[in-house]
Amino acid sequence: MSDPINNREYGPQYKLIGKNYVTADLHAKVTGKAKYAEDFRAEGMLFCKLLLSPLPHATVKRIDAAEALAMPGVRAILTADDLPAPADTVTDNGTVIKASKWGERGLTMEPVYQGEPILAVAAVDELTAAEAIERIRIDFERLPFVVDPLDTLRPGGPNPRTDGNVWVSRAGRAPAVAELKWTDVDFTEAGYGRLPMGKTPDEWSYGDLDSGFRNASLVVDETFVTPDVSHQTLEPRSAMAYWQNGKVYLHTGTQSTAQTLPAIARWLNIDADKIVFISEYTGGGFGSKITGGVSMIIPALLSKKANAPVMMRISREEETFIGRARPGFQGRMKVGFSKEGRIVALDMFVVSDNGPYDAQGDASTSGHMVSLLYQPQSMRWRGVTVLTNTPPRSAQSSPGGLQGITIIEPIIAKAARTLGIDQVAIRYINCPEGKAPYGPPVEGKLQHATSAFLKDALQRGAEQFRWRERVARNPKRIGSKVRGVGVSLSCYVGGTTGFDGLLVITPDGRVRFQSGIGNLGTESVIDVHRVGAEILGIPWERCEVVWGDTSKHFPFTCVSGGSQTTHAMTRAAHAVAMDARRKLQEIAANGLGGKPEDYTVANERIFRKGQASGMTFAQAAQRAIELGGKYDGHEAPTDVNKVTKASVAALAGQGLVAAARDNYPRDGMTHSYVASFAEIEVDVETGKYYVVDFLAYADVGTVIHPRALGGQVLGRSILGIGHAIGQKWVFDSHYGEMVSKRFHHNKPPTILDVPVNMQWAALDIPDPETPVGARGIGEPPVGRACASVLNALSDALGDKIFQRAPVNADTILISLEAGRPVQHPLMAHI
Amino acid sequence: MPNPTLKILGDTPKAVSRRRFIKGVIAGGAAVSSASYLFRNSVVHGVSGTGDRLITLNVNGQLRRVDVMKQETLAWTLRYKLGLTGTKLGCDRAECGACTVLLDDVPHYSCSVLTHTVRNEKVLSIEGLANEDGTLHPIQQGIIDEQGFQCAFCMSGFVMATEGFLKTIPDPTRSELAHGISGNLCRCQDYDKILTALMRGAENMRTANHV
Repeated sequence: MSDPINNREYGPQYKLIGKNYVTADLHAKVTGKAKYAEDFRAEGMLFCKLLLSPLPHATVKRIDAAEALAMPGVRAILTADDLPAPADTVTDNGTVIKASKWGERGLTMEPVYQGEPILAVAAVDELTAAEAIERIRIDFERLPFVVDPLDTLRPGGPNPRTDGNVWVSRAGRAPAVAELKWTDVDFTEAGYGRLPMGKTPDEWSYGDLDSGFRNASLVVDETFVTPDVSHQTLEPRSAMAYWQNGKVYLHTGTQSTAQTLPAIARWLNIDADKIVFISEYTGGGFGSKITGGVSMIIPALLSKKANAPVMMRISREEETFIGRARPGFQGRMKVGFSKEGRIVALDMFVVSDNGPYDAQGDASTSGHMVSLLYQPQSMRWRGVTVLTNTPPRSAQSSPGGLQGITIIEPIIAKAARTLGIDQVAIRYINCPEGKAPYGPPVEGKLQHATSAFLKDALQRGAEQFRWRERVARNPKRIGSKVRGVGVSLSCYVGGTTGFDGLLVITPDGRVRFQSGIGNLGTESVIDVHRVGAEILGIPWERCEVVWGDTSKHFPFTCVSGGSQTTHAMTRAAHAVAMDARRKLQEIAANGLGGKPEDYTVANERIFRKGQASGMTFAQAAQRAIELGGKYDGHEAPTDVNKVTKASVAALAGQGLVAAARDNYPRDGMTHSYVASFAEIEVDVETGKYYVVDFLAYADVGTVIHPRALGGQVLGRSILGIGHAIGQKWVFDSHYGEMVSKRFHHNKPPTILDVPVNMQWAALDIPDPETPVGARGIGEPPVGRACASVLNALSDALGDKIFQRAPVNADTILISLEAGRPVQHPLMAHI
Repeated sequence: MPNPTLKILGDTPKAVSRRRFIKGVIAGGAAVSSASYLFRNSVVHGVSGTGDRLITLNVNGQLRRVDVMKQETLAWTLRYKLGLTGTKLGCDRAECGACTVLLDDVPHYSCSVLTHTVRNEKVLSIEGLANEDGTLHPIQQGIIDEQGFQCAFCMSGFVMATEGFLKTIPDPTRSELAHGISGNLCRCQDYDKILTALMRGAENMRTANHV
């Protein structure tokens, strides 16, 4: 048992919500029976291997595969020419979004990063496939390439794609690639170590920035670089596919089972009803598998061509190339403080390294998060999302949030030291509260949060961490060891609305929840349905959750990304449980007389208030089948999504079928918040440092499943800590070649990199804008975990050690000796 | 965390080493391919002298006859020849520990052990931990008790590493057990909860042994 704070009680008013329990997937996991994509086998299964581009940017002029195809055992080859044209997206309201001509398709004739798949070969075994790949000859024509965003922004700099180097947003349409070059003056004006601030495609502001800076007691202007960090899911995006009776059966990891189906349909350009997608267990996502990876269509298409099942095992090195990463930022912030430490003006400028494909939202989100988290009285945000010939990026836990917070937090820490204000106090006075406003402004007005109780979390966390005591500790240095303490805040979007719930009460009196959520380890796939069981008053042992296979009929479900799920799907779970309750009451009234509202649902029964008469869930389910219509799924509610309607129809007649859309109102946008405290010990003779103590105090609304929440709060914290203590990409910029391709080049934190007892707690204050009060948690812990370690480092060593993350032992040693930050202040991927 | 003062671990006579792996390769008469994806009856290499050999392995207490290639890794044999897919491949290069199994009670990365070198050793994988009647091993039960692990792709490796470590130090501190499993990566970074669950497992084992 670790610290008791990790085991405190939540939700005393509930039976299931806020309680620990054993999730239904755990037994299969501990016994090794849980099947991830690479654990499936099919009769006659072939293996495929990929041919990856050795060049960062080139055109494929000729492919000579004759020798490879003549090899015994080689069954099929797949090139970009075999890929179906990607389909347009049709939204629920009928809007057609044209498929982007810059989109990633899985294979290409114009590789735009080293390691991009060009073709794939299927053979009877993997060695034969690998040998065949070796025997394929390709003629490339080299094209200009760029690995550092600033290099392509220079006048005359190379473009990463033939038609441009930046993403620009377009009103009402998908963003487009365009060319943007800054001037020589932009670069020289900035001077060494400062980020040049040329033209940007996007900008917003509010308040009077100029007067804010004029009246500020202190203005700090700093440049900071954040690292690109690969998601490195322990399960690579291996996939297996086969076709049967005109349907494709696809196995691969995803964060979002139900929502991956339309993605596959789009990539393969076939109808969704021709796809069965199976993903019961996923070995980590963190944003890199929101709807799986486009590479999954490779075995699907090869399987069709070879008329046999195809397994595509992705190696760790391949995963580094195609497995996604967080965009690194080159950022600059000028922040004006009043003498009390209040932020009166904030001018933020970021360059996001997007990689070569789809536009990532990190740059714009970073402004939104900084605005909400520190409530500046006036603010301007400018940003540019730059393409480079480096592996594709995607959202990673707290996309944009981590980067923004990591850039501003050291500035706040420095300002507090300069102004002589306590680090907790300066954050307290800038902290969001209640329906806190934030930018960007929409139609001239600031947006606002649903709620924020972060001040409470900060205060309680400081007490729990014994902040004052630690700050007052004297001396900070003993021998070569120096202690430092850091505090940081973070926030992130914590939920969406408008999805559907679907459940069946079966004639044996059990409740079956249809869960379209992905099973990526957070347990939200099961946890959210505890809300439904709570409302129906049925013991959890009488419930079953069905997940992980689209042939089992799921409702319209959010993607598990951006910390939406717990909020969005507890709302849907609430809605559908209320629908089921209403139907149970109606069935009882119909059979036993009286009005539906005369009946209470509890203890697996529906009974008339104050009387003995009633019926069991089993009887009601049987009665629902007899009544038909809306009671057993032969009619679906009109307002649910068409996906839900199809599932309701498929389940019709199995019992009492309840389906409902989350129509609950919400004022404001849902966010979650965390305050974080870290103590570190640095050995100034070796540069080695350890995080010796760590506490995360979360404001995430109602706690649904404490252990799962604790796993997220601390797990995502350590992801953030990895950004501070060592993770990054390194490139050979001359050849555009990645150097950090394996775990030992870019090692995620191990168990020895974190304190032996980490602490977490949650406020458990319900969000007032959602019926259950629960918000999401995946993203919020990440940014402030990274920043609290950085802040602890500067507390120990001063402000002249680093101006980029991660901070390694050698950074500390050389900077201590020089008395200034020595690492290159701006260059990417060093 | 800084290094704890570790209790003396005693000898680990069969600790894995690169030298041992290479010796195994030489004994097998095959070079290690840069890609060790060597399967089934390789059409290519079947004709060039690296064909299969029928050997007997002791896996989870059972004698299993299996055709293996000289350069075949134990992880491959377990997963693709014997159907024991609980052993996971996270990197195939001895970096992540997801493939950890016990060889005569000592944890090894099975991606870096050649199958033909373990003919005389007892191989224990995650599938061999629970009792035949389905009763979970105390470490597995500890994970159930504490909801240890998130995605669990790393879980079998952590569990096998713990099982091996506890044979040497049955009553570790958190810090000691952390060192014992530090050769295993969890990218969900759920280390705190994992350590709590595995400590619970160690406690379960001691209780079970006292009964």
